[in-house]
Amino acid sequence: MKLRARSKGDITDIRVLMLHDMETGRRKDANGETVPAHYIQNVTVRHGSRVVLFAQWGTAVSKNPFLAFKITGARPGDRIQATWVDNKGESRTDETIVT
Amino acid sequence: MDSARRIFIKNTSLVGLLVAAGFFGARQARAELWNQPAFNATSLEEALVNIVDGPLLESEDIKILAPDIAENGAVVPVEVVAAMDGVESIAILCEDNPNPLAAVYDIPEGTLPEIRTRVKMAGTSKVVVLVRAGGNFFRSSRHVKVIRGGCG
Repeated sequence: MKLRARSKGDITDIRVLMLHDMETGRRKDANGETVPAHYIQNVTVRHGSRVVLFAQWGTAVSKNPFLAFKITGARPGDRIQATWVDNKGESRTDETIVT
Repeated sequence: MDSARRIFIKNTSLVGLLVAAGFFGARQARAELWNQPAFNATSLEEALVNIVDGPLLESEDIKILAPDIAENGAVVPVEVVAAMDGVESIAILCEDNPNPLAAVYDIPEGTLPEIRTRVKMAGTSKVVVLVRAGGNFFRSSRHVKVIRGGCG
């Protein structure tokens, strides 16, 4: 996933772009077969060890999900880590440094 | 209790205590992290019943930024800014989707009550935002006209 954290004063803007199909379980493929649901259910973003955002998602979050939010108390050089877990139990974690 | 487990369901504290005490296995712990009854709900009312615990008040302190007309329902940008104090959670629902609940965000102390994300909308519908603040629930909504539905 693409992860960016930029600080300005005491506010740090965090943006996360994840690569995921976010299949609803309703779409049919070219052969008319229903594509099974496959979507991210949880996203956790940490600043160091502190959780700064916890998300629960359903199938109505768009494909290749985008998420942006702001935190206080982070400084340039701090570590920001994001993890997603989907309904099949697959997960991915990435991290970035606050600039 | 791990702060990641503070979520937006009824009886969170009791469930959390039981999980912390090891009463439940992984399946139940997972249920606490993802509000299955609310996400599986097929109407706005059913979703709300599974999220809201107590009175639900209309609030002008919730700003919803979304296009008035969305060409592509598969990617509708939504920004929520909650201006009240003590915001704990923000939930985004699309009233006429097959499953209205799209997302629930826990907002810990130190995180601003502002979220930007993108949702799928099956068609023209109200986008409903719920905010839990100071243990109370508030809602606001915004109408979005969708040209091409995106819930395939």
